[in-house]
Amino acid sequence: MKMQLGEWPVSGNAVDAAHAELAIEARGLVKRFDGFTAVDGVDIAVPKGSIYGILGPNGAGKTTTLRMLLGIIDPDSGYRRVLGHERPTEVARRIGYLPEERGLYPAMKAYEAIAFLAALRGVPLKVGRRRGRELLEAHGLGYAADRQIRQLSKGMAQQVQLLGTLVHEPDLVVFDEPFSGLDALNQGKLERTIRELAARGTTVIFSTHVIAHAERLCDQIAIIAGGKVPFAGPVDAARDRLRPQVRLETRSPDGPWRAALPADARHEGAFWHFTLPESGVEPLLRALIEGQAGILSLSIERPGLHDAFVAIAGEAAARALEEAPTEEEPAGKGRR
Amino acid sequence: MLAEKLRAALVIARRDFVAVIFSKTFIFFLLGPVFPIVVGGMAGNIGAQVQRDLDNPVVGVALPAHEGDRMVRARDAMADRMAGPVPEFVVLERLRAGESYDARAALARGGGIAAVVTGTLDAPVLTGTPERLGSWRGMVSTFAARAQSASPGGFPDVAVDSVATSVAQERNGQVLTAQAAQVLLFLLVMLLAGMVLSNLVEEKGNKIIEVLAAAIPMDALFLGKLFAMLAVSLVGIAVWGMGYGVVVLLGAKAVPVLAAPAVGWPAFLILGFLYFAMAYLLLGSLFLSIGGMASTVREVQTLSMPVTMTQLMVFFFASYALARPGTWIETASLVFPVSSPFAMLARAAQAPELWPHAVALVWQAGWVLLIVRLGAQLFRRTVMKSGAAGGRARRGWLAALLRRRTA
Repeated sequence: MKMQLGEWPVSGNAVDAAHAELAIEARGLVKRFDGFTAVDGVDIAVPKGSIYGILGPNGAGKTTTLRMLLGIIDPDSGYRRVLGHERPTEVARRIGYLPEERGLYPAMKAYEAIAFLAALRGVPLKVGRRRGRELLEAHGLGYAADRQIRQLSKGMAQQVQLLGTLVHEPDLVVFDEPFSGLDALNQGKLERTIRELAARGTTVIFSTHVIAHAERLCDQIAIIAGGKVPFAGPVDAARDRLRPQVRLETRSPDGPWRAALPADARHEGAFWHFTLPESGVEPLLRALIEGQAGILSLSIERPGLHDAFVAIAGEAAARALEEAPTEEEPAGKGRR
Repeated sequence: MLAEKLRAALVIARRDFVAVIFSKTFIFFLLGPVFPIVVGGMAGNIGAQVQRDLDNPVVGVALPAHEGDRMVRARDAMADRMAGPVPEFVVLERLRAGESYDARAALARGGGIAAVVTGTLDAPVLTGTPERLGSWRGMVSTFAARAQSASPGGFPDVAVDSVATSVAQERNGQVLTAQAAQVLLFLLVMLLAGMVLSNLVEEKGNKIIEVLAAAIPMDALFLGKLFAMLAVSLVGIAVWGMGYGVVVLLGAKAVPVLAAPAVGWPAFLILGFLYFAMAYLLLGSLFLSIGGMASTVREVQTLSMPVTMTQLMVFFFASYALARPGTWIETASLVFPVSSPFAMLARAAQAPELWPHAVALVWQAGWVLLIVRLGAQLFRRTVMKSGAAGGRARRGWLAALLRRRTA
């Protein structure tokens, strides 16, 4: 069942979110660019201290949604409330933002770049410089503190920008496609950072087109496709949209037990695959035993987020998600 | 909120100021005025030399007997007393009685002869091109009269009494000061507006703009950038001023010194800075607004060209009005917001009253506030409109515009 646009809350589980203290609350956000509707009635509720993923293919409206939530652009219509303020720019000092297209001034030294990002968020320059050096040291980059950004590798420059995003100890951190362009090692480090932030009570919201990241990290997700949000809520709620799948192996190839299988059952190799009937597993087991199936193995698998995504957003969106490129432009282009 | 905006603007201004001051670009900025002076001086000297080499005309004289020699002596005696350049006179032929001379044939032969005098001293005939005839007819007549004179030394000496200046000369000097101030103001404003624009485009290219836009209000970013360049210009002006002072001290006679402006140098310099600030803020706002809409250097060039050309016309308008005090043209140039700083600076050089400047500065400040506000709003609306859709839409009309321009 897909939700109707404009409904609030957008899923049964979002009711809990609505009752919880929210870091971000948005209803019916719409943004058009010269006749093209990039975001079409997005509803989001992000509980404080949670890890929230916005999952969708490229061009789905993720970045535009995040930009509206941050106050970088204003919605054409709709309501947003970030950290209790309807104007996100008023709480900019409490927010950290890492955009998808990362950039630093190439001529700045690494610690200066962090201090500059801190100064933008209200941290005095002197304090920012000290924290910049401390953070670099703590993350094993102390040796690069006095190097210019243009002298750093792409991965190091990305780490510097990440530290600059977090230097002012924000209450809310927004990452736009944070895993793009990172190698597996740095992806793992970033996942740990996100978990640490959430453990400290920081709200983390990130966009991604990689389902695995959302599945591993997120408490809640919003699935976005074509500028609309067909689902928003806990990851489990998304997976619960689909019935569990049963995998059955029997000794007897045929017999009266076959009548117990649902109509969608299909035989692949030695196994039968089918959706768990709504009556549950016990009646099924009873029928199989009484029908002398000779059960060798039976497993019940909960659907993954990918299956849920396909069911919610459709095959086309899922294909677009899988085909999305992951490489980014190199960091630190241009000049100071 | 205002304090927060000012704080954020200061962060941006400090960053941009430091980045520009310690960049190679700033060295070229400082050297900027040297190039036109050096190139202009060289071009002027070369041009004058070429002109001297090319335009060294000779007037041939073919008169009966010794009349030609008398004509040449008359020329030599009077050359210093004539206004403007006087061509050389050479005797081509001393004609016998009844002999004639073909002046056209002599001109056709070349040999540096630009015109030929034939006939007699009583009735000289000047043969040459219409331009030469127009220039030299009176001169030949004077020399012929002088050659016929019985007492050729009859020019009295003129005693001289030198004064430092005259009203007419002072007026001319102040006009020159006004023109120089206008040119300097225009060049400085255009240079800085261009720098602020390229700075913004590079930030858009670096993808830094989104980080800035998420952290601080857009108008703070806008103001920070404007004021950073204003501060850069102050450093530039200070360096140029010191450089000029050093040059004047080292070779005072060799360096042209402008006539004192009507309001006096101290007031003129203060007014000059204030008018520069107004002109720069107006034009810088326009350029930044353009920069907000563009995402590539090519787009910037396309979009900024009409503004640059318009600004050039405004400058010409203010220069034209300078020589027409008291006319509606001058009034229009004083009132029109974009030309007002230029026109008022010229007025400061030529008229001693100060109160019109107070009125003009209030008037211009009002326009600055309005334009900066509108510019910041437009900048905010357009600078982050770089999502896929926005980009597609903008590329559409810009592509069409570029196609038309390059067609």
